[in-house]
Amino acid sequence: MKKLFEKHNNWFFKTGFVITVFMVTLVVIGQIWTPYDPAAMDAAAKAQGPSLAHFMGTDNFGRDLFSRVLEGAGATLIIAFFVVLLGAGLGTLIGALTGYFGGVVDEVLMRICDALTAFPSVLLALIILAILGPGRLNVIGVLGLVFIPSFARIVRTEFARIKKLNYVSLAKLQGVPTGRILLRHILPNIMPVLLPAISIGFNNAVLAEASMSFLGVGVSASEVSLGRMLSDSQNYILRGLPWYAIFVGLTIVLLILGFSLLGEGMRQEE
Amino acid sequence: MNFVIKKLGTLLLTLLVLSFLAYAAFEMVGDPVNLMLGTNASPEDVAALRQQLGLDKPLLLRYFRWLTGFLVMDMGNSYIYRIPVIDMIGDKLGITVTLTLMGFALTLLFSIPLGVYGARREGSWADRMLTVVNQIVMAVPAFFVAILLMVFFGVVLRLFTPGSFVSFQDSPGQYLLYMIFPALSIAVPRTAMTAKMLRSSILGEMQKDYVRTAYSRGHNRQTALKGHALKNALLPVISFMASTMAEMLAGCIVIEQIFSIPGIGRLLMVSISNRDIPVVEAIVMILAVWVMLVHFIGEIINEVLDPRLRA
Repeated sequence: MKKLFEKHNNWFFKTGFVITVFMVTLVVIGQIWTPYDPAAMDAAAKAQGPSLAHFMGTDNFGRDLFSRVLEGAGATLIIAFFVVLLGAGLGTLIGALTGYFGGVVDEVLMRICDALTAFPSVLLALIILAILGPGRLNVIGVLGLVFIPSFARIVRTEFARIKKLNYVSLAKLQGVPTGRILLRHILPNIMPVLLPAISIGFNNAVLAEASMSFLGVGVSASEVSLGRMLSDSQNYILRGLPWYAIFVGLTIVLLILGFSLLGEGMRQEE
Repeated sequence: MNFVIKKLGTLLLTLLVLSFLAYAAFEMVGDPVNLMLGTNASPEDVAALRQQLGLDKPLLLRYFRWLTGFLVMDMGNSYIYRIPVIDMIGDKLGITVTLTLMGFALTLLFSIPLGVYGARREGSWADRMLTVVNQIVMAVPAFFVAILLMVFFGVVLRLFTPGSFVSFQDSPGQYLLYMIFPALSIAVPRTAMTAKMLRSSILGEMQKDYVRTAYSRGHNRQTALKGHALKNALLPVISFMASTMAEMLAGCIVIEQIFSIPGIGRLLMVSISNRDIPVVEAIVMILAVWVMLVHFIGEIINEVLDPRLRA
């Protein structure tokens, strides 16, 4: 961690780090303790704006919005985590193998990747999800799948570049097993490219989950997430209660901002 | 001209493959007959309807018929409303394309000057401010911009009434006023991204040898930037603009939902949940054509600008 800070001693990285740590800490605390029970209704405090008792106000049922936002942000972050795990994991595997071995499989897979990355991934995910039906697991699966090509592409380029370097040839000559070359000799050296991509992946995953759930094809009606809350909050805007939407939106913005600044900071050469 | 024809061939081939994959995928989604007649229908009725819809024919034949129909704008009939798909899509496509083009025009209008300005004044106070603002604005999703615009201009200032869409036929002025807010929503984050990209692309070019040569021939920073670096710096930006066009169309689906605009995105969502496959197929195909076409145009512009790319 200290090494990361020394290497990326820039404004983007530091700000992104502070925002991300703040948001993640808030969300983790929210999993254990919230000021109110997110589901507890209070008929005396229906649809209020921000106040001392309810810092983000309450919804139609008198439920505390801050507690609900914490719960929703937790759900969104967990989804984003598994989406990135799936996308980056499989993407790295495919990218490493195709980049290192090349050949026909590489050609074909990269053509498919090109076609898929040309198509907006949100649109692709939207269509597949709408057919499969909503639900947390479906969101993770589909978003994870559509995230694979972008990771595979980045990793492939790096593996193809590094395998030609002298130290890899040397390792081969010394008889180091291929698996070890891939994992221990090349993989650590692509981290400067992979880590920012993962950070941006989180950014995109939060955005995609919010968009999907907002459109009603994301998490199911009984589950919470920031996107679902944003879609609920729409009804409040026209009735002159914009707080709900603004606070949920700001939470999404802060999450995305943190991840995008981290990614940007790691990309900058310092 | 040769490179255009070659690219065009690749484009058509890709679209052909895509169209078959999309068709085959949607055919697997489910049998529409059960949905249309209910589970209690007699086998005779089911067989009759299947024949009427042409579902008794093999997949390849059906695909071929669908494709030839699509080319002459005959996209079949909706399973649910039993009217031609083209009648359902026509006006809505116009609205969505207008929205996308407006958003794109706004993005171009603001991002190019901002990007060039930032590069020209690299390191200045204004450039630093711009970088910070860009970085923040990039993180604001289009749908949140939409909500903020709606709250501010719709609820607080009452410049327009959120939710009451006015069609072009009813009042062109009101229509444009209503559409400017959703167009702004999709343009704002993309403007920040494009400006940032253009700035760093120009600065990258300014480091190159040919710019140094330009300096040695008596150019100053301004003229070297405008006369030499800008054209080369635009190449990656144009590719990015092409994907912006594609992303904006996707973004429209969400934005249409927020502003209650009866565009193609809402029709797509409704049709998918109705399992109205012919409508979904047609829209997905139109979207695919759009996406491939804007990338194609982007590549052609790049090749016109830079002859080295005409391989």
